[in-house]
Amino acid sequence: MYTERVVEHFRAPHNMGKMKDPSAVGRVGNILCGDVMWFYIRVAPDLQGHEVITDVSWETFGCTAAIATSSMMSDLAKGKTLDEAISISNRDVADKLGGLPSAKMHCSALAADALNEAIHDYLTKTGRDIPPALAARHEHIQRDMASLEERYKVFLERDAGNAPTGEAPTCS
Amino acid sequence: MIDMAQRVYLDHSATTPVARPVLDAMLPYFDVRFGNASSLHEFGREARRAVDRSRESIAGALGSRPEEIVFTSGATEADNLAILGAASARGRGGHLITSRVEHDAVLQAAEWLGANGVEITRLDVDAQGRVDPQAIFDAVRGDTFLVSIMAGNNEIGTVEPIADIGQGCRERGIPFHTDAVQALGKLELSMDGVDMLSASAHKLGGPKGVGFLYVRRGMRLAPLVHGGGHERGLRSGTENVAGIIGLAAAMELALAERAEVTARMWRLRERLIADVLRIPATRLNGHRTESLPHIANFSFAGIEGESLVMKLDEVGIAASTGSACSSPNLEPSHVLVAIGVPLSMAHGSLRISMGRDTSDSDIDRLLSALPRAVAELRAMSPFKVGE
Repeated sequence: MYTERVVEHFRAPHNMGKMKDPSAVGRVGNILCGDVMWFYIRVAPDLQGHEVITDVSWETFGCTAAIATSSMMSDLAKGKTLDEAISISNRDVADKLGGLPSAKMHCSALAADALNEAIHDYLTKTGRDIPPALAARHEHIQRDMASLEERYKVFLERDAGNAPTGEAPTCS
Repeated sequence: MIDMAQRVYLDHSATTPVARPVLDAMLPYFDVRFGNASSLHEFGREARRAVDRSRESIAGALGSRPEEIVFTSGATEADNLAILGAASARGRGGHLITSRVEHDAVLQAAEWLGANGVEITRLDVDAQGRVDPQAIFDAVRGDTFLVSIMAGNNEIGTVEPIADIGQGCRERGIPFHTDAVQALGKLELSMDGVDMLSASAHKLGGPKGVGFLYVRRGMRLAPLVHGGGHERGLRSGTENVAGIIGLAAAMELALAERAEVTARMWRLRERLIADVLRIPATRLNGHRTESLPHIANFSFAGIEGESLVMKLDEVGIAASTGSACSSPNLEPSHVLVAIGVPLSMAHGSLRISMGRDTSDSDIDRLLSALPRAVAELRAMSPFKVGE
């Protein structure tokens, strides 16, 4: 089901763990859907003055594919300028892993979203203009997460102690 | 790579190895005694005798009549035959009662009926997964044509009160079907109020691809598979002779060693539960005692079940998860949702299921690997347990 690359990254993930004093953080996913990724980035100017992601780390709650894509995305983003990092797609991550089962492609999308959100957070914090594509994607990600929370509201209330009834809504 | 012989298999609810005596009983029927049981000549008669003996053996074990056993391709087909066959025999419309914790073979068959004019009642269960028999009786209507409640749950092991349900259904004249795939060979099953019962060979040391539906005489049922009129017209198709022999042999073996095997399973399960619950932020899903002896299901806060299964596989331990992360909808297990497991924990489930050969050393291996696997995944997770 999984490629050897996926299993390697799952077994010995790169850049795993919380970062002390990150420049920015991107948090995506929903525990109720079984996938949550937090991406931490440290940004510093290089000799030419381009802002470069000098360090990346992550914390992920999720399946094998979610952990492997977090690891691969962190490798791909490290050392990239912000512009380069923004253009890393979920397809790039999946390809570098030798492919993902179709049911797991959302995991790679989540890793791309997490990086997007971390860069958005960085640009916002530093008071910079946000490129329209990045802003649009940020809106989309946040809207999706809000609608999931809305759909799962009864279950969140249930977990808070109210009576369970009905079936769980779906995440897709 | 870990050698297969060094691996520990704790996923017997998914499937079991074919037991050696079962395989030995089957083998001649692939080549030497290969006849079609419908043929007139000696090759056919020999196959027919073997099928008849198997049917009698299974009927004897259930305390039923041989003609009440309908061989199928497995329990999914048996469940479909029971549910769709009962609906079809009735004609259009009607009402079916089942529960939220059934196997997908029952739930999806019911779902299909629901989309085709049948009203479906899916009963809630309690926090351990038990159906309240009274809730079933309260839901019965004039047009209820079937109640289908499993004998023991395949994900969490909880045993349903099928004797009470069957008796109440009998009093009300409503046919009762039970999926006994996981319970057969493990529990003493009361057949008194049971009108139909599904079973599968490969869950109890038999081969894949064969099972049966017990159909009480007088039960109105229409076939799903039409053809040469095999199995009293309820399931056409040349008999899977070797498979049927394997099914009967597996049942005989399971019943002969049941007392010994289930006593060991109970002891190992209790050890397992006591030890696993020492891991912080862990819960047992299901019932501690009203359970099948071979299944224990746990949730671990902060981690996802599939990655835990993968971690255990790395060290040579095969288990499974109830969470359906591989499904396109990513929904957690319908059983864990039904028993009210917080959704934040419903994705972090691990099902351990034992077999006839499971030993103390297998459980030792699991118990020595599990805390570390959980700790490693929790270290990766943004949800820090106990912080």
